[in-house]
Amino acid sequence: MTIESADENIQLVIPDGWTTPPYNFSTNNLTNAGFILGRKLFYEKKLSADNSIACASCHQQQFAFSNQTHSVSAGVNGILGTRNAPALSNLVWQTNFMWNGGVNHIEVVPLSPITNHFEMNETLSNVINKLQNDLEYPALFEKAFGTTTVTSQLMLKAMAQFTGMLVSSNSKYDLYSRGETTLTESETNGLNLFSQKCSSCHPAPLFTNLEYMNFGLDSIFTDAGRAGITGLAADFGLFKVPSLRNVALSYPYMHDGRFATLVDVLEHYSRGIVHSSTLSSELNSVTPLSHSEKQDIISFLYTLTDNTFITDDRFKNPN
Amino acid sequence: MKNLLLFFLISTLFISSCKKDAPVNLHPTGSVVFKFNNMVGDSALVLNNAKSYVNANNDTFTVQVFKYYISNVKFTKSDGTVFSEKESYHLIDAGDANRTQCTIANVPYGNYTSVSFMIGVDSARNCSGAQTGDLDPALGMFWMWDTGYIFAELVGTSPQDTATGLNHLFTYAIIGFKGQYNAIKSVGLNFFNDTVKVSPTTIPQINLKTDVSEWFKTPVNISIAAVPSTDLPNQTTLNFANNYADMFTIQSIRN
Ligand code: HEC
Ligand code: HEC
Repeated sequence: MTIESADENIQLVIPDGWTTPPYNFSTNNLTNAGFILGRKLFYEKKLSADNSIACASCHQQQFAFSNQTHSVSAGVNGILGTRNAPALSNLVWQTNFMWNGGVNHIEVVPLSPITNHFEMNETLSNVINKLQNDLEYPALFEKAFGTTTVTSQLMLKAMAQFTGMLVSSNSKYDLYSRGETTLTESETNGLNLFSQKCSSCHPAPLFTNLEYMNFGLDSIFTDAGRAGITGLAADFGLFKVPSLRNVALSYPYMHDGRFATLVDVLEHYSRGIVHSSTLSSELNSVTPLSHSEKQDIISFLYTLTDNTFITDDRFKNPN
Repeated sequence: MKNLLLFFLISTLFISSCKKDAPVNLHPTGSVVFKFNNMVGDSALVLNNAKSYVNANNDTFTVQVFKYYISNVKFTKSDGTVFSEKESYHLIDAGDANRTQCTIANVPYGNYTSVSFMIGVDSARNCSGAQTGDLDPALGMFWMWDTGYIFAELVGTSPQDTATGLNHLFTYAIIGFKGQYNAIKSVGLNFFNDTVKVSPTTIPQINLKTDVSEWFKTPVNISIAAVPSTDLPNQTTLNFANNYADMFTIQSIRN
């Protein structure tokens, strides 16, 4: 059954054993009509200055809402940005967004890409006008919120109903942790190595501790990272620890997309850590990984791919 | 039986609609109007290069944009009772005739002796997601990449500003709602011998002077050449907020 024809409203299901998310729609009444509107907006090119780019242009479902074409994202007129578009999932568990954590609430996330020169380069008031004068949107706002008047608040609430529902919790790893499947020998080895070497920063179930760390990529920081928000010297070169869910699909890697493959990432971890004053202390002396250890960790990382998520009809382009 | 039921239904409907039309007014309330006269020292503020001013540092400047938030308005009576406005967020914009005054509604009748408010937006509303009304981000006072409200904005030109190229444009966006660079400022204004009388027959108007020149002086003297722009929560931004905390004075009260 599709959402359009469903009798019951869509619901946020918190997977067993996960914490209650900080954003749970208590101030944004989740409804099918709201979700449908939010989804249409996510796939809407009118949100960009020349009507050429939608959120979904950079955040594509088949790649777990990231994209593989550009190491740094390309916006209107093909202008390249400076950061790599992350995969999107389990956003309601986050309280800060973007690589530097500059955005403090899921509802206001779209404002930054809409107005960013490198991304959609549009103004918020133009977007509101375009939607208000569209043939379809006023009726969809009416269905979702009981008014045909388009406001930025209602647009943002609807978009959060869509992005907040992007929950990925059915990877092979999840099935394994629920006792519904077993891991291969290589995957099991990988899980053990991951628990020793990676879990401090990338703990299950989100596979991120939601903190900011310097992962030893550089010693001269062309992108200040977290320091761009806090202004603190101790935050130079720190970036939000990304979730590793669906990581096999979300290449290239790192805030600037510098690594093309997971092998490159593990090579970096193993032998490429660059020392600097803000480097995370646990990376000060890393024992290099053997070839088979790298293979095993990668096998494990592949178990984080959630095929239900990337094929979920509810999240598909409705047009 | 059926008719009787119908009668009951209709009469309850009637009674409840009656109630709506004529509420029993236990706490009668009125309104107060704030009128903001934006000035630079003793001169009226005229925007867009039409007039130039001199600040405490002897920098010559013109003003193109002057906007600020007034929030969490509270009126106090002589007996100490306080009225706090709900959803109290007002964007004042020197460049928009509709936004140089604001009305505080639902103020209980009575005589008030002082008012207090914040310059800026309380920290809670800086991280509560999509807002509407005067907090609508489409009004251009929301910082989108380091999310939070711009509490006050001053944009202009100054020949002393040589850092920003030929247009000599200085831009001050005052932000920061947490930690050591929290730039939210509280203002308390006493009416002294005057009172604001909220009653069925009057809508009092408080005429306030907002003085741009305060941005540049006391406690910290700021030179436009040294500070051509600011838009991060840091000491420079906080200096402006500390300076402008006393930019409001009451000119007169009309009851
Ligand atoms: C031009 C490509 C592009 C477009 C279009 C785009 N994004 Fe993004 N998105 C990015 C990049 C790049 C980042 C990382 C930006 C940063 O950290 O500074 C990002 C980050 C995000 C994040 C933060 C994820 C996290 O874990 O912190 C969310 C959520 C998001 N985008 C949603 C959206 C929505 C909703 C839209 C449509 C309004 C959108 N994006 C449009 C490229 C894009
Ligand atoms: C000290 C904390 C820390 C540890 C330990 C750590 N990581 Fe990370 N990881 C990070 C940070 C921070 C980033 C983002 C760095 C950046 O872009 O600047 C990252 C990025 C990644 C990425 C790229 C993800 C993407 O979507 O771009 C992968 C893959 C990854 N880590 C895997 C691992 C693996 C595997 C291990 C263990 C061998 C590990 N990490 C250990 C902090 C850590």
